[in-house]
Amino acid sequence: MTSKRTTPVRGRPGAGPGSRRRVVSAALRWLALKLAGAAFVLWAVATLIFVGIRLIPGDPAEAILGGPGSQASAEALAAARAEHGLDLPLTAQYAMQLERLAQGDLGQSYSLRVPVAELLAEQLPGTLLLAALAWALAWLLALGLALWSTLGGRGAALVASGLEIAAAAVPHFWLASLLVLLFSNALAWLPPVSTNTPAGLVLPVTTLALPLAGFLGQVMRESMLTAISSPFALSARARGEREAGVLLRHGLRHAALPGIGLSGWALGSLVSGAVVVETIFARPGLGRTLLGAVTLRDVPLVTGVALASAAAYVVVMAAADLAERIADPRLRAA
Amino acid sequence: MSGPGSVPRGAGLPTGPRRSARLGAAAAGPPGLVAGGAGRLPALIAGAVAAVVVAAALAPGWLAPFDPLAIDPSAAFQAPSPAHWLGTDESGRDLLSRVIHGARDSLLIGAAATGVGLALALLLGVPAGLGAGGGRAGRWLDFGIGRVLEVLFALPGLLLALVFIALAGPGVATSVVAVGLGTAPGYARLIRTQVAVLRSSPMIEAAVVLGRPRGTILWRHLLPNALAPVLVLATLGLGQAVVWASALSFLGLGAPPPAPEWGSMLSAGRTYLGIAWWMTVFPGLAVVAVAASSTVLGRALSRRAAGL
Repeated sequence: MTSKRTTPVRGRPGAGPGSRRRVVSAALRWLALKLAGAAFVLWAVATLIFVGIRLIPGDPAEAILGGPGSQASAEALAAARAEHGLDLPLTAQYAMQLERLAQGDLGQSYSLRVPVAELLAEQLPGTLLLAALAWALAWLLALGLALWSTLGGRGAALVASGLEIAAAAVPHFWLASLLVLLFSNALAWLPPVSTNTPAGLVLPVTTLALPLAGFLGQVMRESMLTAISSPFALSARARGEREAGVLLRHGLRHAALPGIGLSGWALGSLVSGAVVVETIFARPGLGRTLLGAVTLRDVPLVTGVALASAAAYVVVMAAADLAERIADPRLRAA
Repeated sequence: MSGPGSVPRGAGLPTGPRRSARLGAAAAGPPGLVAGGAGRLPALIAGAVAAVVVAAALAPGWLAPFDPLAIDPSAAFQAPSPAHWLGTDESGRDLLSRVIHGARDSLLIGAAATGVGLALALLLGVPAGLGAGGGRAGRWLDFGIGRVLEVLFALPGLLLALVFIALAGPGVATSVVAVGLGTAPGYARLIRTQVAVLRSSPMIEAAVVLGRPRGTILWRHLLPNALAPVLVLATLGLGQAVVWASALSFLGLGAPPPAPEWGSMLSAGRTYLGIAWWMTVFPGLAVVAVAASSTVLGRALSRRAAGL
């Protein structure tokens, strides 16, 4: 089904200017749909937090400034009331909040006294690097596992299911601690504090990648095993394609599909993991910023990180949708 | 912390109709219900581990050799020895006793969080599932709840829990609700699918034709059948909830330090990672044992439910 010869979707005959226009308009429609979806999700997350602050018993100004225990000064409370329009009716407050968000104004972090948008821009690259490397490593490990088991590795099934149970059961924070104990304390190979050097990235990236690889590996392995024993693989072999070709052209593609489908979930694992990993390895980044903000109940900053992460989720889901279409011609025809 | 996204993934169950089928496949967690291929031995081991942990939670005093809170500064930071099998912590408290006593709090928090998650999920999932096959209003309800779930999925993993803690303040009760909240969207999606499939099943049709009252159909026929697979997943989810709750305590957002709860013991252990590895290794091993056995048991149950 995935063979070029059986589904000539890509090089559609008669791809004249008319059909190109159709392709462009379909792409625009797709983009518009995704943008509308993204706007909806961001609006809903902002609304959720707005309602949440007002549902918590007590003074919302105090809630914004760190909860009842924060002992915010009278001036700070007054400033927060003015900034968020807390004297206005609820609908006006809500409109004000949305208007500011629409202008890209995420407010001021009360604990760090810096605009939230500035903080996010500053902390994002480090986390992005960490997450991207971990994601790549997890895919490599998972695909390797899938290939190994189709090539007849009898241990692969055991490693895969062992890794998967470990992925479900081993918390990031414990894995990180064990890696530090082994590689920093006992062997002194790698630093326990993460920097943006290769040596400083190994432990945090491994911590994030291993659980992810466990889940991805299991689904990729099964999808690949199903693919290479299905009729289209047989017909590819009958056409004279070599086993390596079958594996690389069909097996890998089918292994990748469920992995792409799990992208949203993988992002969640990486975001939660980043909170823990950045804290343990004393690495600056969004996760550690979020934990600090949650501990101090810095609501504007928490809102900012939540919105950024929801935006990342929307982008990842759109990218996954696109990647799925590229990898799976059956979806393109539809 | 791999996330209860990993729990209610709904794999192996019929996916929802139309568009949501693809959406569901893309957004939900990994299909962990795929058979591990192992025999009965893992399930037996997992059952034995679970029995020991439950025994520790029910009667910690019988199993623990020492008082988990008894401070003895002269015995601080002792490595594992015949006297203290798992060593002692920074205040000279016996680690084995603390791990045994920690079972109760950790399990209770995990079970309560799973309960909260399931209750929220029922509130969202049952109306959506009933609406999915119903009239115009029902389909709108299903659509609305579906969008709500989509938004909750956009705050994945620990994020929803952390946002909730930021609003409500840290503590044991908050972390129970927070973990429950984080797991609810996944369960809700599964319950919705279950209810939607059941609603159009011949069994329910027969009950409707026989003129049974709506309440009876809901409580006697629909819910029990929808809940059976969900309870299997809750077995899987319990371990995840324990992991999440311990992660929150580890981050200093859950149970406060003196209590013998695994996560807060690990948080203390982190401070002394360089000098007392046992303070990190053993409480973590307890968390992993609970999570792994609940995963293995949950899978064995779901395989049995699927008739494999």
